[in-house]
Amino acid sequence: MDNPILEMQKIGKRFPGVIALDAVDLQVFPGEVLALAGENGAGKSTLMKILGGVYQPDDGAVLFDGKKTSIRSVSDASANGVGFVHQELNVLDNLTVAENVYLGREPLWAGFLVDRQKLNADTEIYLKRLGLNISGKTRLSELSIAQQQMVEIAKALSLNARILIMDEPTSSLTLTETERLLEVIKELRAQGVSIIYISHRLGEIKEIADRVVVLRDGKNAGVLAREEINHDNIVKLMVGRDIDRTYHPPATIDKTSLIEVRNLQTRRYPNHSISFNVRKGEILGFAGLVGAGRSEAAQAIFGVDAPIGGTVSLDGKLIKISSARDAIKSGIYLIPEDRRNCGLILEVPIRENITLPALARYASAGLVNKEAECKVSTEYCEKLNVKAPSIETKAGNLSGGNQQKVVLAKWLSLNPKLLIFDEPTRGIDVGAKAEIYALMRSLAESGVAIVMISSDMEEILGESDRVAVMHEGRITGILERAEASEEAIMQLAVGKSEPSAVAGG
Amino acid sequence: MRKELGTFVLLVVLCIVLAILNPVFIDAANLQNLARLIGIYGIFSIGLGLVIITGGIDLSVGSVFALLGVLLSIFLVEWHLPAAIAVLAVVAVTTFLGLINGFLITKVKIQPFIVTLCGLLFYRGLARFVAGDETKGFGAATGFETLQSMATGSVVGIPTPFIILIFISLIMWVVLHRSVYGRYLFAVGRNEMAARYSGINSDLIIASAYILCGLLAGVAGVLLAFYTNSISPSSHGNFYELYGIAAAVLGGCSLRGGEGSIIGILIGTALLQVLQNLVNLLGIPSSLNFAVMGAVILIGVLADQLLRQRQAAKVVK
Repeated sequence: MDNPILEMQKIGKRFPGVIALDAVDLQVFPGEVLALAGENGAGKSTLMKILGGVYQPDDGAVLFDGKKTSIRSVSDASANGVGFVHQELNVLDNLTVAENVYLGREPLWAGFLVDRQKLNADTEIYLKRLGLNISGKTRLSELSIAQQQMVEIAKALSLNARILIMDEPTSSLTLTETERLLEVIKELRAQGVSIIYISHRLGEIKEIADRVVVLRDGKNAGVLAREEINHDNIVKLMVGRDIDRTYHPPATIDKTSLIEVRNLQTRRYPNHSISFNVRKGEILGFAGLVGAGRSEAAQAIFGVDAPIGGTVSLDGKLIKISSARDAIKSGIYLIPEDRRNCGLILEVPIRENITLPALARYASAGLVNKEAECKVSTEYCEKLNVKAPSIETKAGNLSGGNQQKVVLAKWLSLNPKLLIFDEPTRGIDVGAKAEIYALMRSLAESGVAIVMISSDMEEILGESDRVAVMHEGRITGILERAEASEEAIMQLAVGKSEPSAVAGG
Repeated sequence: MRKELGTFVLLVVLCIVLAILNPVFIDAANLQNLARLIGIYGIFSIGLGLVIITGGIDLSVGSVFALLGVLLSIFLVEWHLPAAIAVLAVVAVTTFLGLINGFLITKVKIQPFIVTLCGLLFYRGLARFVAGDETKGFGAATGFETLQSMATGSVVGIPTPFIILIFISLIMWVVLHRSVYGRYLFAVGRNEMAARYSGINSDLIIASAYILCGLLAGVAGVLLAFYTNSISPSSHGNFYELYGIAAAVLGGCSLRGGEGSIIGILIGTALLQVLQNLVNLLGIPSSLNFAVMGAVILIGVLADQLLRQRQAAKVVK
């Protein structure tokens, strides 16, 4: 191989009370996709923020093309060809694509007016390079998340990025969009751009990475060459132990349906309806592209966005759902996709989050009994192994995995009948993921019906007992575990119904 | 608690300084009048505090005072209604106006600022029209002396409005800080979406805050009407919503919602009244009244901001 274009040597970074990075080395070669893996808190973000000029290292050196360079600011980083595509998109959706790409560096005409023609023409070059079929004059608000992300990449390219850092770029993309992004990454690699790819989705890493650097607790845990990259090796380096991820078939599935959804219509897709059953003790996966209507269906069943038609019955009895209150009374709970905005109130303690849905249970004469609250919160935090200093810790100070457990604790204390998980492990690291899967399975085993909406193919294939696939507001097929394969799911997800599949609505 | 402590210290320091600079401050008569005003202002400030905790605002309170005053005068002086009925009627009206605010905000989904700004204009105009743009009053209060003494009288030297405030504060403290309803109010103010996902009827909770605010404004409005004893419909209650908002904010309510306490609102109210008193007692030209208040509120909020940044810096590892 050639000489590395970037070398980070013995990088150390301390924050008060924590050693975030301890003598970490990283090399990036021209035209390679380097995957950076590690659990949350392993130091990936800190390392990348040092490279991006956001943080200054306490120790160590950064070398570009063998020359020691100090990166004191974000502009230093971009001057050295480092582009950063953040997990949270940094685009302004009231501006056009071109205006976003050249934000703050608009080509000028007569020294102070924006030269729109040049602005749009220059932008087209990068859009073409990314194979993007949109005009530079389109407003960002009209684009999908995936397209907006491409705009961010275009912006990085327009800054002559040689090294593109992508932090969890696929976390809010659909399966096809993810495929498309991976294609783009491959094209960029062919054009000589080096990519540092951070992702919790090991399937993607397997597909595109030339090398994997794994961090653990702020130290180098190991490097895997192309031929060594596989799930087990990565996980072993990440957590320092083996993780059991074999599929556990359900012990017994009650053949009688627990929940029957018939002709459910949502506001988003008023012309389509969906029907399906979930049985006691099974995990029904919901696959499909983002925007297929899976979350909308979940929100309708949970009553936060009441359905405009159709019925839901529980154990053969029809239930009327016009608000979340109704669903909660019937034992139907949703663990929403957006846990920071919908699942939790970040500014209040764990205890108050857990007791919120059924506060009346912990109250007499309308007054809250704090002792009862503490008791139940402590019990479920222990059961779910929530790692927090105390139940009075604010939910916002927890890691993603622990936040998700608190959301779960809210519902588990209320004897669920149907639990709907919407993207249960998004942004959650491997260790906590395994815990959540185990929890889901043990809940199913205790007789809870589980619906799991997921855009992570590994998760769908690994955890579901059956897979329902949605496309544009309809269920295009429900696959038994034996029939469920990546190809079969993708076929249905893009709208091609299988003859054998039971299509709803 | 720590948050209220800052404002409390400010209040105590201000009182001590004032007492030293002008001993009239600790005269019984002055303290009594101060307590009376704190009583009246405190009652509606608590109502505004509740609304602010839900992340809303109510700008219509001052105009509601004018409308209430005019109606109360008409009921008592012109129609000779029994005092109890007249009071119940006007309080029912302000509570109903709160309900309208709540309805427009939660069901029609208009922003609270706009809804209550329209209320501010509308009720003021209505009050002037109903009164024929003439100043209304209660004269010698013949026939409703007891009612008048609620506002102007004292029990063992303590002004009745202050006693009423203490009574309301105790109830509202339990409601806000100990009850399920109070917890919901904070939850909705912090994150309405998450509250809805937990099965809370957030519309009902938010609307109820405006209704309670209307109710408390009604109680305070009756006291205020008798305290001034003359209601000029174009100026009665002007800016009072801003005093209430200022008291709530000084007392630690965040305009983003989800933060605040009864104790804080009481301290904030007291602080504003002591400031007013300070302007009078120190012979500061009364034209500077608003300037002094604005400056102190700004300083208070700035100090709070600094304190918080320090704490945040400590928390970051």
